[in-house]
Amino acid sequence: MKRILPWTVVTLAGLYFLVPLYAAFQFSLQMRRGEITLDAYRAVFQSDVFLNALGFSLTASVAAILFGAGLVVPTAWWVRLRLPRLRPVIEFISLLPLIIPSVVLVFGHIRMFGSSSWLPLTTSDLGTNFLLIAGYVVLSLPYMFRAVDNGLAAIDIRTLTEAAESLGASRLRVVLWVIFPNIRAAIVSGAFLTFSICLGEFAIASLLNRPAFGPYMVQLGQDRAYEPAALAIMSFALTWVLMALMQAFAHMKPGSGLFRKAVK
Amino acid sequence: MNASFRPLWTWAGVVPWFGFTFLFLIAPLFYLIAGAFQSPEGLTLANMAGLAAPEIASAFWLSIRLSLASAAVGTVAGLLLAHALVLGGLPVGLRRAVTAFSGVASNFAGVPLAFAFIATLGRLGLVTMALKALGLNIYGLGFSLFSFWGLALTYLYFQMPLMLLVITPALEGLKPEWREAAESLGASPWDYWARVGAPVLAPSVLGCFLLLFANAFGTLATVIALTGSNFSVVPILLFQQIRGNVLYNPNLGYALALGMVLIMVVSNLLYLGLRARAERWQK
Repeated sequence: MKRILPWTVVTLAGLYFLVPLYAAFQFSLQMRRGEITLDAYRAVFQSDVFLNALGFSLTASVAAILFGAGLVVPTAWWVRLRLPRLRPVIEFISLLPLIIPSVVLVFGHIRMFGSSSWLPLTTSDLGTNFLLIAGYVVLSLPYMFRAVDNGLAAIDIRTLTEAAESLGASRLRVVLWVIFPNIRAAIVSGAFLTFSICLGEFAIASLLNRPAFGPYMVQLGQDRAYEPAALAIMSFALTWVLMALMQAFAHMKPGSGLFRKAVK
Repeated sequence: MNASFRPLWTWAGVVPWFGFTFLFLIAPLFYLIAGAFQSPEGLTLANMAGLAAPEIASAFWLSIRLSLASAAVGTVAGLLLAHALVLGGLPVGLRRAVTAFSGVASNFAGVPLAFAFIATLGRLGLVTMALKALGLNIYGLGFSLFSFWGLALTYLYFQMPLMLLVITPALEGLKPEWREAAESLGASPWDYWARVGAPVLAPSVLGCFLLLFANAFGTLATVIALTGSNFSVVPILLFQQIRGNVLYNPNLGYALALGMVLIMVVSNLLYLGLRARAERWQK
């Protein structure tokens, strides 16, 4: 009898969480009147605009992950190794994006790198794409830095670095061939979170006029009825997969794991 | 080796980091802050004073009310759920499943979330139609998904899981010994919560409330996908200002951005302060 209240709370919360997913799923199957079909999904996948937008955002997200990892890993390693007293400063900077809304961030970018500025990035396609990726790297800094820093805390970087250097490895070689492989699980964990943030991002992509997935979805929501529901279901499934992968990699011990098993 | 005698090249290792974050994070922020206090004629406070103009002040007021409402509902709902899961004696598997789901749902924001709610509580949504079949026309009764409470209800989908995730450690920190000690001294469950549980939890709950407030305050994509840009919260106003200078004064946009950042900074600083206070009990 004592447990009726907890069960009620959990059931109500469960209904609140699951009904919208069920509703979106049911709605997505009703594109053809009176029939249950996957037409909405087919319509989405057959659209060139969808494929282009998704391709664009995939590329931008992967670029942001590579750029972000390339920036964060050497910095976090070097600071732990040689400049430990600087770590609070670096960590503080890495957390700043959490309190700066992305619409404010992109506003600053547009004004600072606009057509009449000292570095007019927004005047060319290449420059604007770079600005988009830079914005995504900034958005991902809190998660990337924390993931990498936790990964570095779990291994003995001093011994690893000294061992590699005593064998004649250069600094670049140490980072690429010793540090990166040892914390790859942490990097991948940060990468999945970055991916889930950037793939459907709206404000930055829209204000930089990029043909990205977020603005595409908003447009689709205004034009169509059934396809958006199909997109919602697919997005939820993707978010679930990304979070599961992130968790799996975050809890993986250094030196063990999927990659090694896959190689053998 | 003393820190002040480090060779110069030691510092070279952090140049990329400071270079990038300065160019793309810190400098743009200061650019906006400086712009908020400038006009074509020079330094001025007129832009900040412009925030008091009816159109802008009402956007801030709407944003603040919406964020407060959504944070309040999210805090209460998340706390009830966390309490049921941590202290309710439910199966461990259920708790794990809800926690895993929360990790996903707290990241499931933006445009797809809006789509799911349109399919649920939009004019032709599943729940709307089901209630109509039962004789309850919620749109006839004044409810709309595209209004204040409709948005608050949608935000709850990422607010409640976030609350669950951040408050669970605090609930786990309530030691069983405290309850046993209180009971052995003759306290009723009500006495225990009023005199021990609530005071210990209060800083955590208030801190999480502020975190949820900030989380709602910065939300843009969900609002746009639900309402177009008809619902004038601050992020939408700034979005439109960047798009087409709807305020007829470029420097007013800077002031708007600064106002947003200030609200985010204050609520996050209070959150951190309260969290530090709450952690005293979790040792």
